[in-house]
Amino acid sequence: MATLQLKNLSMHYSAKDKALTDVTIDVQAGEIVGLIGPSGAGKSTLIRCINRLNNPTNGQVLFKEQDLTKLGGQSLRKARRKIAMIFQEYALIERLTVMENVLSGRLGYVPFWRSLLRKYPEQDIQQAYALLDRVGLLEHADKRVDALSGGQRQRVGIARALAQDPELLLIDEPTAALDPRTARQVMRLISEICSERGLPAIINIHDVNLAKMFVKRIIGLQQGVVVFDGKPQQLDDSVLTLIYGEEDWNQTEQQEQELETLREIA
Amino acid sequence: MLNINDYPQQWEKHSRTQRLLSWLAWLSFVVLCVFCWQQMNHQTLWYFVTDAPNQFADISSRMWPPRWSYMERLWQPLWDTINIATLGTALGVVMAIPVAFLAARNTTPSQLLVRPIALFVIAASRSINSLIWALLLVAIMGPGLLAGIIAIALRSIGFVAKLMYEAIEEINTTQVSAITATGASPMQILDYAVVPQIMPTFIGTTIFRWDINIRESTVLGLVGAGGIGLRLNESLATLAWPQVSLIFISILATVVFSEWVSARCRKAFI
Amino acid sequence: MQSASDYPTTWRKPPLISTPSIRYGLWLLAAVYLFFAFDSVEVNWQRVWEGGERGWRFVQAFLNPDFTSRWSNIVDGIYESLTMTLCATVAGVILSIPFGLGSARNLAPTPVYLFCRSFIAIARSFQEIIIAILCVALFGFGAFAGFVTLTFATIGFLAKLFAEEIEEIDPASLTAMRATGANWLQQVNYAVQPQVMPRLIGLSLYRLDINFRESAVIGIVGAGGIGATLNTAMDRYEYDSAAAILLVIILLVMLAEFASGQIRKRIH
Repeated sequence: MATLQLKNLSMHYSAKDKALTDVTIDVQAGEIVGLIGPSGAGKSTLIRCINRLNNPTNGQVLFKEQDLTKLGGQSLRKARRKIAMIFQEYALIERLTVMENVLSGRLGYVPFWRSLLRKYPEQDIQQAYALLDRVGLLEHADKRVDALSGGQRQRVGIARALAQDPELLLIDEPTAALDPRTARQVMRLISEICSERGLPAIINIHDVNLAKMFVKRIIGLQQGVVVFDGKPQQLDDSVLTLIYGEEDWNQTEQQEQELETLREIA
Repeated sequence: MLNINDYPQQWEKHSRTQRLLSWLAWLSFVVLCVFCWQQMNHQTLWYFVTDAPNQFADISSRMWPPRWSYMERLWQPLWDTINIATLGTALGVVMAIPVAFLAARNTTPSQLLVRPIALFVIAASRSINSLIWALLLVAIMGPGLLAGIIAIALRSIGFVAKLMYEAIEEINTTQVSAITATGASPMQILDYAVVPQIMPTFIGTTIFRWDINIRESTVLGLVGAGGIGLRLNESLATLAWPQVSLIFISILATVVFSEWVSARCRKAFI
Repeated sequence: MQSASDYPTTWRKPPLISTPSIRYGLWLLAAVYLFFAFDSVEVNWQRVWEGGERGWRFVQAFLNPDFTSRWSNIVDGIYESLTMTLCATVAGVILSIPFGLGSARNLAPTPVYLFCRSFIAIARSFQEIIIAILCVALFGFGAFAGFVTLTFATIGFLAKLFAEEIEEIDPASLTAMRATGANWLQQVNYAVQPQVMPRLIGLSLYRLDINFRESAVIGIVGAGGIGATLNTAMDRYEYDSAAAILLVIILLVMLAEFASGQIRKRIH
């Protein structure tokens, strides 16, 4: 059974501005999908349509056979807490502590008074500590987020997402704001965690090489339409041209390799 | 490169019509000012104005030296003045918080109905000076500190709510998305995604307004709403200039003190 | 990684002030202050209760304001307020430029700096009303006293902000101008003026707003404008006329705010 099924999903801002058209994708349990495409192809829109941060104009989002597009209010919030999201610019609450940010992943589960007084249930706190240990930030629990580095912040973002006990991860450009080394570490952490928990994920990523390295299945999006769906090995020049447009791909790759060797030497 | 003589010898920042237009604009502005000046002064008695330096010398000589012994009657009204400002600010801020959330585009429950009402409350509170509020309140509930406190509070609502709702409208929306995505309820989103982001503005605005309110509450006594202004009014009515100068000195000291306090608070909290 | 049960089960947000004695001391101080502050407020509840009826009359007056019976007084008052506001703002802006330059540390010599700064400090410390009282004593009742009051207050407000703006300009361009051998005025004209001009215009318009609002109160102590009309209406218990005046003030302030906002948007 597929964890997530998108059926003919479309989102049109206006008649001319079509962010997504007829997207149909199945994501199996435990599967990590990389979503690639040029900027403006609708990658973020697609991800945000799944947990209804954006409202699709047409089609269905079936999550564990429940159509999310039909939900609203309480039932939508119940569905959302099982779908965790990791953001490009971390989207942490800068002025709160690391612990509060991780615990905010439990907001969908706790009543308002508990979240207001920061009196979370014992097992939530225990789980939050365990997650912070997993991402290597245990000693930073009481620091304010704005005192952390970029890589550390993204780890807090990951811990917050996992605190939701998610059954699906939506990851929007997790490495865009990070340097190459930290980017790889973060991607490795994410893929490790996903395989530990058998957690399916959709990772929206602009760096094709990084995607190839960590992902078993790639979906190419071009102007809101799925133009490729296959294994990373199938991503050849013709496919890249199809997704991104004309460009000398070998040269880029060659340069990339040179840069890589340079980095390794350094 | 050309010979130096081939380049134009004239350089103008603006074209001819631009200059003409800007001259016309300036001219009409000057004419307006002159006209206003004449209208404003058509009832002015120039004898008094030309006599002002003599008056100034006269009043200054009467003011000096201040009557220091009067100070013992000023401590209580000074204490009242500070209390009017502090309690008034607190009351005003408490009322401003809901108004700000109702007025901000991204948190208001209804753009069509609630937001315009909230904006009108803000505008009305801001356009009416605290002295006028005090005038109304003294007429309604009688003279005393309470009228002063409420007057300060009513004036502060608009000020604090305006700066706060602007801050609410400018918050980072991805943080709101992130909290929304966890399945949080609207109240939880407010608590976790909105409030922490506007906290610095809120504290800064409150301290700033308290500082202004100290100044404003020094004059509320003129219309009977308590504080040092009461003593000022009495002293002016009896032309007791040495007392007036002492009152001025104590007001100055209070204002300097409040500025010091607010600078310390700002440093501590932000 | 430890097993889940080894992690602590409680967590408390670290307090803002880490030293407990200072933290509780401040709470205690605040509580003591509040106790004495509330204690000093003597409320004559009898009087407040009786005032309720008057308050209700005022609310009714607001819902049914009387524009007609005092209309000519209102028009005169508004007219006086507006002319006073414009003249005082223009005069204040012109005068605040030398004071602003004089209190900018990177431009002015120390004696000038100290003089201008103390003038500004005094102008800012006193509420407009107090200045108005003095001006009325000096210049007699009427709009001229109001004009002087608002001009004085405008200088205190604008000169400080100008000075701060000037102190924040990019020092490189000032150095560059000095290096070309420009004299003091040329330096100001080329290095300072272009950098601070937009802010200067914006702040002046903002002050125009404030001056109109202030012009509505200084009439209470005899310095002309709509405040005098309002005070008369209140003294005679003509709440419906007073409500009309207040509504006119609110309307004009909103208009002025909108207009100056539009102009400021164009400039930036």
